[in-house]
Amino acid sequence: MSAIARAWDSDLAYSFRRSPTAVLSAIVALICIVGAVAAPVLAPYNPFDLASLDLMDAFNPPAFMPEGSLAHPIGTDDQGRDVLSAIMYGARMSLFVGVSATAFSLLLGVLLGLLAGYAGGTIDAVLMRIADVQLTFPNILIALLVDGVARAALPRDLHDQIAVYVVIFAIGISDWPRFARTVRGSAMVERNKEYVLAARVIGIGPARIMLTHVLPNVLGPLLVLATLNLGLAIISEATLSFLGVGLPQTQPSLGTLIRVGNDFLFSGEWWITVFPGVALIAMVLSVNLLGDWLRDALNPRLR
Amino acid sequence: MSEAKALEVPIFEARDLSRHFDVSKPALQRLLSREGRRTLRAVDGVSFAIPRGTTFSLVGESGCGKSTVARLAVGLYPPSGGAALFEGQELAEARKSVAQRRRMGMIFQDPYASLNPRWRVSDIVAEPLRAFGIAEGAAALREKAGALLRQVGLSPADGGRYPHEFSGGQRQRISIARALSSNPDFLVCDEPTSALDVSVQAQILNLMKGLQRDLGLTYLFISHNLAVVRQVSDRVGVMYLGRIVEAAPAETLFTVPRHPYTRALMEAIPDLDMAGRERQPVAGEVPSPIDPPSGCTFNPRCPLANGRCRAERPALIAARGTPETLVACHAVEEGRDGFEGRAAA
Repeated sequence: MSAIARAWDSDLAYSFRRSPTAVLSAIVALICIVGAVAAPVLAPYNPFDLASLDLMDAFNPPAFMPEGSLAHPIGTDDQGRDVLSAIMYGARMSLFVGVSATAFSLLLGVLLGLLAGYAGGTIDAVLMRIADVQLTFPNILIALLVDGVARAALPRDLHDQIAVYVVIFAIGISDWPRFARTVRGSAMVERNKEYVLAARVIGIGPARIMLTHVLPNVLGPLLVLATLNLGLAIISEATLSFLGVGLPQTQPSLGTLIRVGNDFLFSGEWWITVFPGVALIAMVLSVNLLGDWLRDALNPRLR
Repeated sequence: MSEAKALEVPIFEARDLSRHFDVSKPALQRLLSREGRRTLRAVDGVSFAIPRGTTFSLVGESGCGKSTVARLAVGLYPPSGGAALFEGQELAEARKSVAQRRRMGMIFQDPYASLNPRWRVSDIVAEPLRAFGIAEGAAALREKAGALLRQVGLSPADGGRYPHEFSGGQRQRISIARALSSNPDFLVCDEPTSALDVSVQAQILNLMKGLQRDLGLTYLFISHNLAVVRQVSDRVGVMYLGRIVEAAPAETLFTVPRHPYTRALMEAIPDLDMAGRERQPVAGEVPSPIDPPSGCTFNPRCPLANGRCRAERPALIAARGTPETLVACHAVEEGRDGFEGRAAA
């Protein structure tokens, strides 16, 4: 049996086919991701190519409105940029930041969680108190703090260059306790299981036991958590950018587009802000629904 | 017994071995409620030796410390007092050397928890091979794992499957194959059959006895099932609240039990000849090992207890009448247990 056929027959694939929500959100998520990742290929215009911008095109309404044209299906912004293309490039930034931030907090959370859960005692107490303290602050506040410090500490032009990485760090650092707690809880259960004792009798070191024995057994809940966290990280980034402390206008994300478009909302050019908002909702909602489905599908008690 | 054998160093020896666990509340709570530290004496001065090629069993109720002895015997816990010796060498020292560590293994109670559910069976069985550098390269490891699986009555093709695809008895065979893979001399078996169906128990016990005969293995066998212990053991120790109260050759223990606790345990074995007869259960509950009774820990439940039993801890010494039996009981030592009367009758 080929790998594809095996995957098609698996419990997970069966549960996926049975769930219309999962299929629909997978389709939406796939459209968003492909549109974002392949933006340079698929987008009708390059919004960053200043030469192609024409101020005469500014504030064109979407194609379905009386003055709209099919050249810009969902209109243009104040600079004459094609909104659809800007959304695709913006989603690309949002997705990049979301995935990187989630990967960062996943890595940090898994390492610290495994350490706390497996070592126990003082190490566990110290790490978990740090996590507790961090959990008492709203994530966005921590991200604002990190971003503010970076802004003050770095020269302005340098900051604009590395703004993306500052945002990734800010969001990633605020989300690790979630992962660490999950991993710690599972690691504490696993470390007393007899298969871990068996490895210890053989004389396998703690680091190796954590990575080869404990980690594979705590991956299931992590996968779910990471998927759900991806949506939240994208929202966090959009929030930061909307507040003006996230990505600069030279590298706009969906949040930046929404903020910029917001200025024109009351003068009637609603499409500049509404369409990036719709794209953000579609992306986050589909990813979250997928995460919800995954959580149920991997929960043996709900089968 | 030949002189050479008498002089031989036992493969495993416990000398006054103890393991205490700190079960105190956290420091702050302790300070607020003005309580001291509390220690649980799981194993409290246990001594025994296991000669090469024999099986020594420990029996006792749940919580008497037998599993803790098993874990002490393979170095999963450091002892709090006394010594665990592997061929006369301190166990912690012996385990530092790969060559010595390879020679001991453990079989666990729960065949559902003792195999990593995410690993293929061949990887599980080959883990010690890889860790001890006995075989290297994927092909050599797979071949060796296949041979081990065949040795325990499974098929080499089973190596490609995951643990959840096997029954409890088959999983225990996998567990045994893993323990055997480093070619050990000493195996600690912590209730290896208690999670299995009765019919499967017999298969596993026969497999273990066959392997002992073929490979000259030495077992430390932990169980609460007296019938199983009688079948597999050369010598048996009866544990009560962290201490050995009686140790004797298996047949002697089962035919002439001496300690009041052992006698009560024997009474409790279901027996066809005794069907319908009223049984004398052991009175009361096992006391807490955090706050054990003074003197002989069995005294609150013992029909023969007197003032000395409540004050003075009995030593494990050869019993009057059956010198091969070591027993820790003042009543037996003083001849208050009515043994002579029973033997005459």
